[in-house]
Amino acid sequence: MSDVKTVFGSLANYQKGGVAIIDDDPKNYVFSNVFEVATKSKPYERVAVGKNFQYVIECVRAEGTSPWFACAHDEFALVMDGKVEIRLLKPNETLVPAEKEGAIRLAAEPKGKKMGRVVAGRGHMTLLPKGSAYQFHADKASVVTIQTIQGDVTIERWAEICQTK
Amino acid sequence: MSAQTAYKVDATQPDNYYGYRSFKKGKFSFRRDEYFVHIDWPKGSHTLPAGDFLRALQRDVAWNFFYGTVNFDSVFGTLNHYGTVDMFCGTFNDAYKAGGLDYMETYNSDDLMTTFKAILDDWTNAGYDPFAAPEETKQAFGRKDGDNKKAIERLRVTANRMVGIPGDTPVRTDAMGYPVNRQFADVEQDKPEVHVEPGFEKEVAAFNLFAYLSRSDVTWNPSVCSIVKESLYCPTSEEFTLPVEHGNDRVEWFMQMSDEIVWVVKDKVTGRPRARVTAKAGDICAMPADIRHQGFSPKRSMLLVWENASNSIPQLINEGKAPVVPVKF
Repeated sequence: MSDVKTVFGSLANYQKGGVAIIDDDPKNYVFSNVFEVATKSKPYERVAVGKNFQYVIECVRAEGTSPWFACAHDEFALVMDGKVEIRLLKPNETLVPAEKEGAIRLAAEPKGKKMGRVVAGRGHMTLLPKGSAYQFHADKASVVTIQTIQGDVTIERWAEICQTK
Repeated sequence: MSAQTAYKVDATQPDNYYGYRSFKKGKFSFRRDEYFVHIDWPKGSHTLPAGDFLRALQRDVAWNFFYGTVNFDSVFGTLNHYGTVDMFCGTFNDAYKAGGLDYMETYNSDDLMTTFKAILDDWTNAGYDPFAAPEETKQAFGRKDGDNKKAIERLRVTANRMVGIPGDTPVRTDAMGYPVNRQFADVEQDKPEVHVEPGFEKEVAAFNLFAYLSRSDVTWNPSVCSIVKESLYCPTSEEFTLPVEHGNDRVEWFMQMSDEIVWVVKDKVTGRPRARVTAKAGDICAMPADIRHQGFSPKRSMLLVWENASNSIPQLINEGKAPVVPVKF
């Protein structure tokens, strides 16, 4: 039996590294930790933890049932801690213009056809397909990161989440 | 040049004692003995351990010269211009520049790649795998002893949309020849529950990324697993040392998904140290576009390398139209 121990983080147990400066500004590294960000976030806030021009990685504290979201392009949800159900629906009508980037929050569940659902645990990546609507549900607080584009629901709070000194 | 162009490799006959061929490209020449690789150019000479050279060369070949600069060490490397590529000695080394020893030549990328592949093939012996962690392979040293084409000709995985979607890159399994790596023996191999309504089989999809990475048979070889336009998730498994100092021509992001990597960060042009970044599970950070970095992973770890593949970024940065850091705050 192998005695190897692979270390994953969680909301309940994570260690944070950091930037040791020799001749630079720590802000240049935009260093944060997704579990720390989720700890300090409200459920289903989509907080940017990575940004590369228009593209972002959002960090989400999944807890309870989320609003419905929709997006004109693919997104990908990676569960970093806990278990999350992702419900997918194909709306009867287009909810987001094709050229619009990033997700939007819907006021209510749209009318449409059920596509299916995914129950994802730690390390599981789920496609949030373009043109669909989706909703998250987690019985217990969980952490999800989303590969997407900056949009209406993306929150930037870099000074609060990143190492500055 | 067309894709069918056959580029010439300038190689000698095998050395009578060591058994290796020597190579020339432009005014650069390359030869190896039992322990070392020797590089000569009009202004100087350089020597580095054969294992270090082959592990770096393997990545440069597999990554098709990657994004920006691939420094094999503090002296020798390549700089990608995406169609052409520079090969240099001392260009990104303060002392070599000051001493006038720096030298660079530019080639068609496919032309230099042909020579690099020939060197990699000839200098990699049976049982030595430049992609593997040191504990998992024979050493690179000794006289010529067979080859290892199967190891060095692995293809870099590139999903079209996401790994695991029907018709896209498949997940890794024992049956496909991807057993769980010894250092990820404790990683859960469970699968997400996927409940699909009829007609949505290609849109309702999920896979276990951590299990997928636990079965990677290579180290330090980012593979595209999911794509949002030009945003590429390139997760990879890392162990021991990143064989190159990667000089960024754009901002690159790292999310540490398991265990720990220490990054030594230096100035891209001068090589002067700038920072040391310790990334633990859940940490996420950017590598600015004006640095070079090298990672050290004490245990095999899972790293998400996140790239913006836009072709316009290097020029925007060079012209000062885009910042070298991703966020100002």
